[in-house]
Amino acid sequence: MKRVTLAITLALAAGLTAQAADAQTLKTVKDRGMLSCGVSQGLPGFSSPDDKGNWTGLDVDLCRAVAAAIFNDPTKVKYVPLSAKDRFTALQSGEVDVLSRNTTWTISRDTSLGANFTGVTYYDGQGFMVKKSLKVNSALELNSASVCVQTGTTTEQNLADYFKANNMKYEVIAFATNDETVKAYEAGRCDVFTTDQSGLYANRLKLANPNEHMVLPEIISKEPLGPMVRHGDDQWFDIVKWTLFAMITAEELGVTSKNVDEKAKMENPELKRVLGTDGNFGEQLGLTKDWVVRITKAVGNYGEVFDRNVGAGSPLAINRGLNNLWNKGGLQYAPPIR
Amino acid sequence: MSTEARKPPAQIALKIRRILGGKAGWNGVAVQFAFAAILGWIGYEIVSNARANLENQHIAAGFGFLRNNAGFDVNQTLISYTGSDTFLRVFVVGLLNTLVVSVVGIVFATVIGFIVALCRLSPNWLLSRVGEIYVEIIRNLPLLFQILFWYLAVLAALPNPRQSISLLGIAFISNRGLVVPSPIGESGFAPFLAMLAFGIVASLALRFHARRALFQEGRMIRIWPSVLGLLFGLPLLSTLVFGLPFTFELPQLRGFNFAGGSRIIPEFVALTVALSTYTAAFIAEIVRAGILSVHQGQMEAGASLGLSRGATLRLIVIPQAMRVIVPPLTNQYLNLTKNSSLAVAIGYPDLVSVFAGTSLSQTGQAIEIIAMTMGVYLLISLLTSAVMSVYGWRVSRSLGA
Repeated sequence: MKRVTLAITLALAAGLTAQAADAQTLKTVKDRGMLSCGVSQGLPGFSSPDDKGNWTGLDVDLCRAVAAAIFNDPTKVKYVPLSAKDRFTALQSGEVDVLSRNTTWTISRDTSLGANFTGVTYYDGQGFMVKKSLKVNSALELNSASVCVQTGTTTEQNLADYFKANNMKYEVIAFATNDETVKAYEAGRCDVFTTDQSGLYANRLKLANPNEHMVLPEIISKEPLGPMVRHGDDQWFDIVKWTLFAMITAEELGVTSKNVDEKAKMENPELKRVLGTDGNFGEQLGLTKDWVVRITKAVGNYGEVFDRNVGAGSPLAINRGLNNLWNKGGLQYAPPIR
Repeated sequence: MSTEARKPPAQIALKIRRILGGKAGWNGVAVQFAFAAILGWIGYEIVSNARANLENQHIAAGFGFLRNNAGFDVNQTLISYTGSDTFLRVFVVGLLNTLVVSVVGIVFATVIGFIVALCRLSPNWLLSRVGEIYVEIIRNLPLLFQILFWYLAVLAALPNPRQSISLLGIAFISNRGLVVPSPIGESGFAPFLAMLAFGIVASLALRFHARRALFQEGRMIRIWPSVLGLLFGLPLLSTLVFGLPFTFELPQLRGFNFAGGSRIIPEFVALTVALSTYTAAFIAEIVRAGILSVHQGQMEAGASLGLSRGATLRLIVIPQAMRVIVPPLTNQYLNLTKNSSLAVAIGYPDLVSVFAGTSLSQTGQAIEIIAMTMGVYLLISLLTSAVMSVYGWRVSRSLGA
């Protein structure tokens, strides 16, 4: 039982190796030569392994970017697939250095888990998927429906809130993993499958006949998804936070994985600062001057990562929407690098 | 020499010495105390160190979370529960769900196990082969796999609620489970219950009297007609006098699901079927071993007294076999209870699923929740073995062994 092992690991880590989690993550990662990255057990577009065991996805690219910034090699990542309910324990116990696993940022998670969110990689919201044959067009028509959901998620609580607020009855069937949830939905155990809307589109691809299922228009919650690190290591927190900001800044400045070398030679003061030919911001983070170059070369800017994994260039084909840059009508915004 | 009676040694000190020190005497006591002190110190260090580190890392600790609102729903609750109840209530809901699946599973596993064992021992070639095949197939497949089989295979074969299979128009089977009419108490309910309780007590008293007569005076008293009268006649009479004890609320298809009636969810059915058939295979072998351990001569003695094969088994062989059967049977009961935690794979809301799963990840308080869950399983297991020990002791005593 993985859960129990984790709990014991946690007890041992907390009880016997005092101070293990404090302020040492960058050194630990460098000594190990590998970044340990907590990901999902398979959610297309965010983190899923292909048939050769290579992980891809938006969440995976965040870890690859951190590895690129540290080692100049995006492959130096060990991926640890975690179920929704094991994820925080794995981070607390030090089994993973970064939890990049489509996790919703909430105040209780930020304050009581001994972990911090470093930013928002994807602005999401909870939605519902139903079979088209049910002839349902709105979530408000779902009274008395059976709903499949993954346990240990904010989704489960939003669901309770939504049906209560709209005075509707429902039956909840909660499964430990995403795959079990989808399987039960497909087997007809429930009428509705609910999770973050991006997850609905991603999981629809896994169904036998994706076209027989539709995502309802209602978004019932705010689900800002982001990476988490352990509390108490500010340097490591900064590295993960600024890795994402670097990707967003690169997109803002039009720096892509293809043109990064040419851009680095240009006489633009902002480009020089960001790409490290001027100033030493990377070194202040504990990295190298050319950290943004390393990140962009290895995984691309935020826009490239989005397109490749969940956007127009992927089978999911999700619109940028809220995840566009702030100056293009979205919410993605990075503080200045200066 | 003095005839004065020797003064007995201080009994209490002697007892303490023997219990704690064994043969080593007072040295042994000292060693034991030192060892206990070291263990206590290690325990204290672990707890205080964990506390300090949790505090350092700003991870919430303590049991205060039990009073917080859970905020999620559960689809099978034996007591009333809504999302605005506390985590403590979630704990109780999960515990009851674990207990109900364990108890029902144990009852079915025992019945199936005895039947299969008797099949295997039967002189009928076909029956004994069927028993053997059952045991060999079921006990050699992983339990988790069997649970998933019963859940997904059976679920896939069932229709959706709108096309559900109707049983005489009052009960319905679909992939949402079995819906049956639920009883609603009426005015005649209290006298009905009273009569039923009286009937049960009176029947037990009759049985006690009949057994005394049999064992002490060798008289056989036929009690079953009176028992039948007490158990069915009396409640029927009360119904005639005071009116119907309850009426049934029929389930009706409304929207996506059935409204009204009681529902047995498919997760419960799949888990119970898988647990009881799996454990039954082991119980069958235990029962078979127990019966074979009784000497062949007992069977022949029974036959020579003119008892039928069934009566010999029931009255002579099985009571003796029980002595051998009970201890390993207890193990199987404990296994079944602990295996019920595999429920998490099919979304049955047992203790591990709703408390050590959902509640854990909502609160992040792994140490407290895992400790509570382990404590409860330990308690259930210890209680089960205590009950079985008492039963085993009674069986041995009644045989005069």
